[in-house]
Amino acid sequence: MTRQAKSQATSRAPEPGSRFAPGETVRVAERPALGHCRTPWYLRGKTGVVASVQGIFRNPEQLAYHQPGLPKRVLYKVRFEQAAIWDDYRGPAGDHLEADIYEHWLEPASRSAPDLEKAR
Amino acid sequence: MTHHDHDDHDDHDHDHHDHDHKHPHASPQKDHDTGPVGAYEMLEETIRSLLIEKGVLTAQEIAAQVDLMDSRSPALGAKVVAKAWVDPDFKKRLLADTRSALAEVGIDIGTLADYRTVENVPGIHNVIVCTLCSCYPKLLLGIPPAWYKSLAYRSRVVVDPRGVLEEFGVELPEGTEVRVHDSTADLRYLVLPMRPKGTRGWSEADLAALVTRDCMIGTAISAVPKGKRKAA
Amino acid sequence: MPSPKRKTMPRKGADGRATHDVGGLEFGAIDRHEHDLALWEKRTDAMLILLVGPKKGAFAIDAHRRVVEDYGQQTYDRITYYEKWIRAIRNLLVEQGIVSREEIDERLAEVRERFAKAGRKASKERVSW
Repeated sequence: MTRQAKSQATSRAPEPGSRFAPGETVRVAERPALGHCRTPWYLRGKTGVVASVQGIFRNPEQLAYHQPGLPKRVLYKVRFEQAAIWDDYRGPAGDHLEADIYEHWLEPASRSAPDLEKAR
Repeated sequence: MTHHDHDDHDDHDHDHHDHDHKHPHASPQKDHDTGPVGAYEMLEETIRSLLIEKGVLTAQEIAAQVDLMDSRSPALGAKVVAKAWVDPDFKKRLLADTRSALAEVGIDIGTLADYRTVENVPGIHNVIVCTLCSCYPKLLLGIPPAWYKSLAYRSRVVVDPRGVLEEFGVELPEGTEVRVHDSTADLRYLVLPMRPKGTRGWSEADLAALVTRDCMIGTAISAVPKGKRKAA
Repeated sequence: MPSPKRKTMPRKGADGRATHDVGGLEFGAIDRHEHDLALWEKRTDAMLILLVGPKKGAFAIDAHRRVVEDYGQQTYDRITYYEKWIRAIRNLLVEQGIVSREEIDERLAEVRERFAKAGRKASKERVSW
C-alpha cells in the first residue's frame, strides 16, 4: 500500500524560492492539461493579482496517479476581476473571483495584460 | 480524520434517492430494511465486506467514521462564528490560522486539507464554491447540501454570483463587492458572516442561533429574525 | 428529473475542457431540495476518508478525483454523487491491487443473492467497469 502523503500543512510565512509575491500581476498559463488538473478551464489565459502565498503542497497532478508529487509546489491565491474573466459579466467592476493556483500554472504578466485579456 | 469533499454531483441526485429510501426525512438506517436495493448500494456492501475481510478496514472504524461525520454540522461552525463575534482576539486567530483556532475549541479538521476563513465586512461579501468537484469544510460544517455539489451551482456562481445570490434571497447594500472563492486546491473555505445589527450584549448561544449553514457558504446573510429582537 | 440541458459547447471536445470542469457553463436552475444521506452513502463517505487517510494510505484523494473525472460525460451526468464515489473506490482498490475484479464480482453475486433470499428486490443494473 502506498503511504499517504504527509499532511499538506501549509506555512503562512513567505515561501523561500517562491516565484511570485503578493501584489504581483500574473497570468494563468494557457496550455492543455495532461490528466488531472486543478487549474479551471475558465481561468486559463486570464490575468490576475497574487493575493497571498498559501504555502507549498505536493503536486496533485502527480498524486492523482499514485506518484509522490514532489518536490512540493508553491500555491498562490490569485484574485481576478470578474470583468477580466467573463466577456458578459453581469455585475459591477468591483466584483472579484479568487482561486488557488499552483506556481507552475502562472506566468509573470505586465500591468497592461488585463486589457489584452479583455480583447480576447 | 479529515473530510474529503471533492466532488461532482449531478442535478438529479434527489431522484435517485427514490430507490435509496422512501422517506426523505426518516433516519437512513431505517430504509435499509425495506424497499429495492440499488446496484451501487450492493457495491458498497461488497466493497465494505471485502475490505473488512482483508483486514484493510474494520467495521468499528467505519461505524466510528460515520458517527464522526454525523457529529459535524453547521451548529459547530455557528459556535465558532459566534465566538469570533464576541472575542476579537479569537477572530484574529481564526483569520490568521483557522486550523489552530478550531483546535482551540476542540475541533480537529484532520490531515487532508487546511481551512481558511474569509471575512464578510462592509463592502465585501464572500461566496464559496468548488467548480471542479465539491470541496467544502465538511469537518466543521458536516456534509454539504446537494445544491452546493450540483453542476448548476458550480457552473453558475462563478460567472453569475449576483444572480445566484438573488435566487437565494440575499440582498446586498449598494457598492458591495461580491467575491467568489473557487476552492481549487486542498484548502477549504469558511465565510465569517457579519454580525447582525441589534445584537449588542447577546450571549454566544443566542448569536450562534443566527448563523445558518448558508451564511458560512455565502449564500445567506445572518440577520435577526423579525419579532425576535431582544431587550439590550 | 430530465438531464440538465447543456446550452454550451461539449464539455469534452476539441477545446479541451474536461467533463468535471464546469465553471461558466449553463446547467439551468439550482435545485435546492435537500435530503438525508442513505446509510450506504454515509459508509461510502466514511470508507473513502479512511482509505485516503494517513493510517491506511490506500490511495491519494487526488487519485479518487481523477478516477471520477475520467468518467465519460454520460456516466458523470447520470449517476449520483455517492454512486460516483463508490465506483471510483472500487476502481482504485483494483488499481492498487488491494482487491481483484474477480473478488468483487464474486462477492457482489453473493450480496445480490443474500438480498434476494431476504426478500428484497435487487436492481438488475450492473455497475460497469
